[in-house]
Amino acid sequence: MSTNETLFDASEITVSMGPQHPSTHGVLQVKLKLDGERVIDAQCVIGYLHRGVEKLGEVQTYGQFVPTLDRMDYIAAVSNCVGYCETIEKLLGATVPQRAQYIRVIMTELNRIASHLLWLGTHALDIGAMTVFLYAFREREEILKIFENYCGARLTTHMFRIGGAQYELYEGFEDQVREFLRTFPKHVDEYETLLTENRIWIGRTRGVGTISAKDAIDVGLTGPSLRGSGVAWDLRKAKPYSAYPDFEFDIPVGETGDTYDRYMVRIEEMRQSARIVAQAVEKIPDGPIMAKLSKIIKPPVGDIYHSIEAPKGELGYYIVSDGSTTAYRARVRPPSFVNLQALRQMVVGHMVADVVAVIGTLDIVLGEIDR
Amino acid sequence: MDFAIDYILIPLIKIGVIFGALSLVIAYLTFLERKVIAFMQVRLGPMRVGPYGLLQPIADGVKLMLKEDIVPSQADRWIFTLAPIITLIPAFIVFAVIPFGPSFTILGKEVALYVTDLNIGVLYVLSISSVGILGIILGGWASNSKYPLLGALRSAAQMVSYEVALGFSIMGVLMISGSLSLVDIVNGQKASGIWNVFLQPLGFILFFICGVAENNRAPFDLPEAESELVAGFHTEYSGFRFSLFFLAEYAAMIVISSMAVTFFWGGWLPPFPNLLGFIWDQLPPVLAALSGVFWFSLKVLIFLYMYLWFRASWPRYRYDQLMQVGWRYLMPIAIGNVIITAIVILLLERMGVIA
Repeated sequence: MSTNETLFDASEITVSMGPQHPSTHGVLQVKLKLDGERVIDAQCVIGYLHRGVEKLGEVQTYGQFVPTLDRMDYIAAVSNCVGYCETIEKLLGATVPQRAQYIRVIMTELNRIASHLLWLGTHALDIGAMTVFLYAFREREEILKIFENYCGARLTTHMFRIGGAQYELYEGFEDQVREFLRTFPKHVDEYETLLTENRIWIGRTRGVGTISAKDAIDVGLTGPSLRGSGVAWDLRKAKPYSAYPDFEFDIPVGETGDTYDRYMVRIEEMRQSARIVAQAVEKIPDGPIMAKLSKIIKPPVGDIYHSIEAPKGELGYYIVSDGSTTAYRARVRPPSFVNLQALRQMVVGHMVADVVAVIGTLDIVLGEIDR
Repeated sequence: MDFAIDYILIPLIKIGVIFGALSLVIAYLTFLERKVIAFMQVRLGPMRVGPYGLLQPIADGVKLMLKEDIVPSQADRWIFTLAPIITLIPAFIVFAVIPFGPSFTILGKEVALYVTDLNIGVLYVLSISSVGILGIILGGWASNSKYPLLGALRSAAQMVSYEVALGFSIMGVLMISGSLSLVDIVNGQKASGIWNVFLQPLGFILFFICGVAENNRAPFDLPEAESELVAGFHTEYSGFRFSLFFLAEYAAMIVISSMAVTFFWGGWLPPFPNLLGFIWDQLPPVLAALSGVFWFSLKVLIFLYMYLWFRASWPRYRYDQLMQVGWRYLMPIAIGNVIITAIVILLLERMGVIA
């Protein structure tokens, strides 16, 4: 833009949304081309949070690498940890004791609830409903307290080890979880009274960021973002891992694939997760919590891909082992990275305000995208 | 000498009192907002400065005064400076015609609890309060930045859309009272013994919705939508200039609440004048007048509370939805309300029920 030209002379303006912007959920930059309020083009610029996580996997031993992975999707650190531990166990051919599996399921599902709560709060805040945010954090706090009691950390937990779990359950764990499960469904209903039938909320989310099932599969969406389009694909059911076959739960799916459907899917998923936790906590088997593995982990030469259902979608690890104590290559398939690809086709033609709604509904975490 | 007292001294005292009281009320309105929303959101709000955080507004004020005053390098300096002033002044001078209480006689002198009683009061209020948005547009433009520009354009469109419906929504009241003077409107409600809100419920609802939109408050706070446009039109403002915008926004909230009270909720009149009139009539005239100020303030406070309540409960409209609500729903309903009111008044006059 030359100095004589004012903003009014240009029919379209380029707005750089982020990397410092209240609702890009971290350091995401979206270069928006606007015609008035309408979005003509949107381009994501990522990499502001790159820390070379995958490269670190090549210099840190298999055990050392786990806490690094907690810093990827820091909202759902437990899922990162479980996914990686399972991958290495699969590579080693180790069997994890049933008790450890149950602990993993409980913690992962609690973490899924915490992650969805954070999503709900920030998503609603982006659309302007600020109270939901604080309500959601109230419940998330209870989950973090359980984490803190279990392993001492609240966010980047490093809860499990390759071969099982490090810590035995603390005394009163079951009661604390039951107490949480007793109050939690009521609180979910509370969020729903604030949003689900609110005219403004429906207006802001219905028909916004619609993506058809075919497009969603083509672009590689996974997790609630895919299920919102009506595809019942959940790795917990599709390729069961850990102790998931032992539990009954449903996979909620949407119909039209718009922001409202994805909202309903995630709300229902929180209820389903609570259902899994309720079943698991009642029948935790006794027994050891660690498999008998050698102190130094040296997987056989080979490669493996294993993926789990993280709160945001399919979280996959591809590990190439050359027989040494460190991986030859540690590749991560983060759900947010792939889900973010859909942003452009979901916002073009919509308004500026919808960009915020769509970023919110995709539920991205930049720590995971940039790695 | 009498002339000097009547036309210079007394008005000056009144202006001083209103200005001082208003500034204090605005300061504590920000405090109230933070506390009320905090309680709705299961948290405490400000607690550190003074008991229960009561001195927080003063600390905020001092902080804003002492902050560095940044002007963007490519900004239009004059307009950038002028914009907050243009927004603030109208918000304050509207209070010149708002009646806080009736007039009473003290020491043989008639004293009115309002600065002046303009015979075109309603027009004055409407026109002056819409000047404020000019400052927002200028501020957004002068910043020479994209987010403020988008915010300013939004507010321009919003003002045009809702100003019209706002005007139509009070026409019913004007037809009932037959006067444009705010004092006469209240006195009319006293004479008829029934507040206008019961005659014009639709008009009141429309007025308040449009008023909230005029103030750029949630759920119509698009010009400063923090999650979309960072801070909207005042993104580039800091320090004292920012605080002027801030003051103006809260003053405008009080203006709309005062207008709602004056037009629809009986202004300074105590509740249930018909049933409890024997109590209110017992009061000595001076005290009765001052109790008017109390009732007026209480009613205004209820409306201000509703503003905060809205903000805590509702998401934000999108730009096109805002336009839709304004033009497709509020406007036709407001016009319909005017027509129905006119027909009913005409019929009643023909039937000889009212003069």
